[in-house]
Amino acid sequence: MRVIKPLSLVALLMLFVSGASAVIEAQMFPDDTVKARYYDLIAEFRCPQCLNTNLAGSDAMIAQDLRKTILRLLIDGKTDAEIEAYLYDRYGDFILYEPRLTPRTWLLWLGPVGLGALGFWIWFSLGWRTGRPRETALSEEEQDRVQRLLDQP
Amino acid sequence: MAKQSVLIPLFAFVILVVILGLGFTLSDHKDLPAQRVNEPMPAFSLPSLWQPQFQITAASLDGEAALINVWATWCPSCVAEHAELARIHTEEGIRIVGINYNDDPEAARAFLRRWGDPYAFHIVDAEGTLAVDLGVYGAPETFVIDSSGVIRYRHVGVVTERVFEEKLKPLLNQFKDRS
Repeated sequence: MRVIKPLSLVALLMLFVSGASAVIEAQMFPDDTVKARYYDLIAEFRCPQCLNTNLAGSDAMIAQDLRKTILRLLIDGKTDAEIEAYLYDRYGDFILYEPRLTPRTWLLWLGPVGLGALGFWIWFSLGWRTGRPRETALSEEEQDRVQRLLDQP
Repeated sequence: MAKQSVLIPLFAFVILVVILGLGFTLSDHKDLPAQRVNEPMPAFSLPSLWQPQFQITAASLDGEAALINVWATWCPSCVAEHAELARIHTEEGIRIVGINYNDDPEAARAFLRRWGDPYAFHIVDAEGTLAVDLGVYGAPETFVIDSSGVIRYRHVGVVTERVFEEKLKPLLNQFKDRS
């Protein structure tokens, strides 16, 4: 077996580096609770401009604005649920990593369950048929023939 | 019985095609519904670009169907659509209101002095607060508002002549006479 070179190991480890804290900004926090909630919230929402980066990890203009907005709402004393509602009102499902259950998202939420049920149904119906003993009984005519073949010297 | 087992994968395939087909129609995230459409303009009070001592409010937008264009000098697509906005204003007589988004006001004024200013006025949204209230996620975006200040349409991206003719103009005509 080949020995892994140190450089390849570094490259391998780099695969596991998270981009979650890619952006560092100087924000003025009134206290540590607000600071902790701020970092939780910016990790929770998706940046509307980006396809799959949270607000914490994006340098897009809108992500910066939304981070400022979240901090402003926190300082105003809004709860996490109120902040979520505020952002949802403006940006809709896209901002949530777990979209709400609405008629639009039924397929998204229930689709996997439906596919699972379909899979079970296929498995069950195929398994039921293949597991059943086949009708192998020979007709009288065939049995006679087998007997004749066996009886041959 | 043998026939039915042939049909099962076929059914599964058809179901997958339907689901994936629906998925692909949603794939362009810019087509996601604009949350603010058919709601009045959010309340705001922000300075005017040319007269910074003067505060513009949502009431300033009432009275005439208009385009609200979110732009900035740092945004190349906004610079690119400037000529088309100028054409829309001069040839079609459409009122265009600018939201100067997260920009340096001095740079914005210099840009307009050099390339002309087809806008009725510009709202300076230096902190992006109005943009967030509108659900903007990048410049340029253009909204159609009716004469009572209700948002009727949102276009994300550059306004081209085709976009104007096919989407914006019919709406402006439709909502022009509302009171």
